[in-house]
Amino acid sequence: MLKPDEVRERVRAFLAEHDPAAASREEFLSARFDAGLAWVHYPEGLGGLGASRALQAVVDAEFDAAGAPGIDTNVNPIGRGMAAPTILAYGSDEQQRRWLRGIWTGEEIWCQLFSEPGAGSDLAGLATRAARDGEDWVASGQKVWTSQAHLARWGLLLARTDPDVEKHQGLTYFACDMTAPGVEVRPLRQLTGEAEFNEVFLTDVRIPDRDRIGPVGEGWTVANATLMSERVNIAAARSGPRESGMIGPVAAAWRSRPELRRPALHDRLLALWTEAEVARLGGEMLRQQLAAGKPGPEGSAAKLVFARLNQEISGFEMELVGGDGLRYDDWAMRRPERSSFFGRGPGYRYLRARGNSIEGGTSEILRNIIADRVLGLPREPRPDKDVPWKDLPR
Amino acid sequence: MTAPARAEDFPDLLYSDAERALADSLRSLLADRCAAAEVLARTESAQTYDDALWQAVAADLGLAGLLIPERDGGAGVGYREAAAAAEALGAFVAPVPYLGSAVVATAALLAAGSAEAARLLPKLAGGSLTVALAVPVATAPRSGFPGSVRLCGPRPGDAAAGTSRLRGEVRGVADALPASLLLVPADGVPQGLYLVDMAAGGAAKAPVTSLDMTRQLCDLSFDDAPGTLLASGDAATRAVQAALAAGAAVLAAEQVGLAERCLDMTVAYLKERKQFARPVGSFQALKHRLADVWVEVAQARAASRYAAACLTSGDRDAPVAVALAKAYCSQVAVHAAQECVQLHGGIGFTWEHPAHLYLKRAKADSIAFGTPDAHRAALASLVDLPAP
Repeated sequence: MLKPDEVRERVRAFLAEHDPAAASREEFLSARFDAGLAWVHYPEGLGGLGASRALQAVVDAEFDAAGAPGIDTNVNPIGRGMAAPTILAYGSDEQQRRWLRGIWTGEEIWCQLFSEPGAGSDLAGLATRAARDGEDWVASGQKVWTSQAHLARWGLLLARTDPDVEKHQGLTYFACDMTAPGVEVRPLRQLTGEAEFNEVFLTDVRIPDRDRIGPVGEGWTVANATLMSERVNIAAARSGPRESGMIGPVAAAWRSRPELRRPALHDRLLALWTEAEVARLGGEMLRQQLAAGKPGPEGSAAKLVFARLNQEISGFEMELVGGDGLRYDDWAMRRPERSSFFGRGPGYRYLRARGNSIEGGTSEILRNIIADRVLGLPREPRPDKDVPWKDLPR
Repeated sequence: MTAPARAEDFPDLLYSDAERALADSLRSLLADRCAAAEVLARTESAQTYDDALWQAVAADLGLAGLLIPERDGGAGVGYREAAAAAEALGAFVAPVPYLGSAVVATAALLAAGSAEAARLLPKLAGGSLTVALAVPVATAPRSGFPGSVRLCGPRPGDAAAGTSRLRGEVRGVADALPASLLLVPADGVPQGLYLVDMAAGGAAKAPVTSLDMTRQLCDLSFDDAPGTLLASGDAATRAVQAALAAGAAVLAAEQVGLAERCLDMTVAYLKERKQFARPVGSFQALKHRLADVWVEVAQARAASRYAAACLTSGDRDAPVAVALAKAYCSQVAVHAAQECVQLHGGIGFTWEHPAHLYLKRAKADSIAFGTPDAHRAALASLVDLPAP
């Protein structure tokens, strides 16, 4: 395994040969990828050095210190966080070479075509069909809650290729070219007024077989790798400083506006502050576990906790500010570039936080996952077991 | 303003190999010698503290000397190891005075900084001496200097012998029953921390029928009891404060171990217990409750580890870390124990089943060394969120 000093030396050698000021951003990032200094825990030749994940911070700090252009982690989160690990685990050599560089540099944005109007928590029940036609597959169906679809070049598509077998068995995983004929992306307006997400309609979209990821009928296994990496990403995210989350604006309002302070709210505020800080520590412990190569199942816990806290704290903020909470900043339909709780009013935070316990796995499904996979509790009886998908009631 | 705890200077929250090894050997010893049925039987016996078990863990495993420097005969390892040990003891509701003697009284002696205090350390580290700090167990850190014991007039010969006389009462003291020496904060001139030897007469213990008989309290009374000054003025205040903070932090670790054990017991039972022709653990309503407890335990562990790490390194964030850990872990332990009773159903309400031992310990722990609201009130000033 490489040591921090060796990795630091490689970055310095790279910077000596590639003047960040002389190259374009794209050229520089592309060269950085080829030198294995993109995501250091990836294999050599695919943007990494096969090093410990913990060394990424060392590399990033060196590039930052040199004033080199870096990647914007807000761009292509699904590509970097979900598509890349899935392609690394299940993609062919050719697919890995074709896609990983563009994912890391952000040149090609990816989205995830999983959820459907009829398949949310029960993802494996999805109905989008893909039928074999010569060297291609032909896909038709409707996907929903697709963030980034309007920006994306590629979509991670989970489709039903065999309706005659049990629902988990008949799925296959594809990379869908979002510019292909038959792909239509429509904004999906949410209760905050804006549209972060999309509906994606697929009508006889031709997908070459070379864009299939993993074997036919193994889509559920591949999709689980995608979902697992999503949880690992939550785990790997560095905790911000104290009060950098939803508690920040509330604590700031309490400090700067003494007229808002009421006795009955004080202990509630302190209880929420305590929970927010403990959640931050929990996130840091999780990150340390991951850096030590011992990823725990606590990623699901982190998401559950943040969803609940965001909701409770934003609800508290509305009460704290009282009448001010009755004024909403803007209901206009717009397409925000990224989702952020900040720069908007308390009403927006309160409403947007409702989605936190629904998106990326509802809190109820996450509790099922913890109960089944971590605690090993017996499964609920399943009426959909051993029944061909086409015979399931829906 | 609140101390800027930047992401980069987070201490290591994971368990070291040494901490793991200590906890493992402690757990296997406890599994052998601290079975639930024996703990339960002991709560109704004359000897509620298990002296033989205490000797085994204090002396043989070295728990008594974890916080004591090597030059004074201890292991000199610190609060991270002390917390790891407390987790294991909490998991077994072990009736030993570890918290009171090896943590609270030891922290007071270490902070007192006097030669008289240091003289006690080797015997304490070796496990041959058990000491208790004479304060009500419900005392929160950062509360005022205890004033229920006062200095009174000397007797002839006291001045020459360096003896002071103490009079007063201290109610609800934890881990004092098995202690042969008491550290007594007393008001007067000088206000100080005094050493009282139970064998010297004048001091008496009255056992309390306690909510938690696995850590039985007693009321202490001092009637012209002879005491030796260990620290006076600010040094005495610092010693008492250090002891209370150490108690709160290590108790938070005990709460993590207790909560985890409650969860494990409940999960195991729900896999076995069948109603409606299926294991009750397959009902989603129950699974979700256990998942919530698991999440809370994971969070509590992070809070407790952070407090132990901050105390070990003397981090300036330690007061925040301790208040945070005790406020949060108290509620988690109580919740886990209450769920343990409820989800066990009828058997969980019996005397025979050990669930009630955990419930009583959890509720008592949540009050000991400061209730959650007391710690939140401390946070209010520490992080600048003032009361209206």
